Amino acid sequence: MKIIVEIDRCVGGGQCVMAAPDVFDQDDDGLAVLLDTDPPAGLTDDVQLAARLCPARAILVEA
Amino acid sequence: MTAPPRRIVVVGASAAGLTAAESLRADGFDGDVVVIGAEPHLGYDRPPLSKQLLSGAWEADRLELLPRHRYDELGIACHLGVAATALDPAGRTVRAGGADVAYDRLLIATGVRPRTWPGTDGLRGVHVLRTIDDTLAFKEAAHAAGRVVVIGAGFLGAEAAATLRGLGIPVTLVGPAPAPMVRQVGPDVARLLGELHAEHDVDLRLGVTVRGIDHDDGRVTGVRLAGGTSLSTTCVLVAIGTAPATGWLDGSGLDLADGVGCDAMCQAGPGVFAAGDVARWFHRTHGTRLRIEHRTNATEQAMAAARAMLGAGQPYEPVPYFWSDQYDTKIQAYGQTAGADRFAVLSGSLEERRFVAVYGRGERVVGVLGWRSPRELLRARALVAGAVPWQDALAA
Repeated sequence: MKIIVEIDRCVGGGQCVMAAPDVFDQDDDGLAVLLDTDPPAGLTDDVQLAARLCPARAILVEA
Repeated sequence: MTAPPRRIVVVGASAAGLTAAESLRADGFDGDVVVIGAEPHLGYDRPPLSKQLLSGAWEADRLELLPRHRYDELGIACHLGVAATALDPAGRTVRAGGADVAYDRLLIATGVRPRTWPGTDGLRGVHVLRTIDDTLAFKEAAHAAGRVVVIGAGFLGAEAAATLRGLGIPVTLVGPAPAPMVRQVGPDVARLLGELHAEHDVDLRLGVTVRGIDHDDGRVTGVRLAGGTSLSTTCVLVAIGTAPATGWLDGSGLDLADGVGCDAMCQAGPGVFAAGDVARWFHRTHGTRLRIEHRTNATEQAMAAARAMLGAGQPYEPVPYFWSDQYDTKIQAYGQTAGADRFAVLSGSLEERRFVAVYGRGERVVGVLGWRSPRELLRARALVAGAVPWQDALAA
């Protein structure tokens, strides 16, 4: 699994942090921080959910 | 026991509609998914309209919610530029583009339409901002005008004013309330917003009623205020709220009092569901019907409605969320900051313009709002999710 965060789209909502806290965090401005660019397969559903929940569509997930 | 659906039709190709279509596939639905959208554009995101698209930072194609190839990969048949005009719930068909489209399950996700100023139809120089086409037309007019008058100081009016000031365009912001977004965020935060706009040289005319829009030869010439003042302009943005886009459902028998009335599972009638700005559903923990016009609700409710359409629904009980970007300030909130009767600052301060505030109704926390404090706000979300007693929130 490969994850790309388009940081200039990020609106700092933190939905990704709630959906996949092992993979995403926020910086002080709320912008998404990718903690793990290639997380284990067990987190796939969480990451897919984070991508779909993102209100700015800033997260791209490639299988 | 009803048969599992084979064909699901989604009316509305924006955030709620497309998320529902995507979620149906993610949840394993392998029947037909048909999306019908009134606009000619591939489904796009609306929050950037008043910000990145209006400012010119982004071109319109950056707003697309799904890249073109994803529609084929997901097997979503999209009919764009086709408005749904009627629903026959007994025959389970939607009338769209002169054809009857059959469904087993229907999702209504037609959103809202901007309210317009009475008597200004076809008047040049009077704009609304809801679509890409609206925004590009307004952007061009705003650059050509010496001054833009924004009528309405809610979310959209305040954000548009901030973006226009970022472009150096003179702006007058007019509204009947005493401060921007006061209905949404309460008087303390609204007062701060008013200061922010004043510091950016927005000409604030708040607590003032608009009497009328003047025009000459089919073109706007000014905005008349109560008390006799007249603001001369060739460009007016009308940002006075929205109404649910349910006209096409008249005669369907659905409950259409302020949106499409739904139960806790987002179901409006046999085989019929609704999500996003248009849906007024029963929020079980709030014990009342809510209709939420915020971006994250479109996504979350669409995901809930998709599951419900597949027979695996749960009552939809979100913690609402919204954000607003104005100048360099990000405001974010969970829960309901509108209609609260208590307000307190939890951390930071209004003076330093970095804080988390809590909103209460009666003895319970109903909302939290962060001003340039995203991480702290996320931690305070639990106060809303748990409807924590007011005293406990302050003691935390």
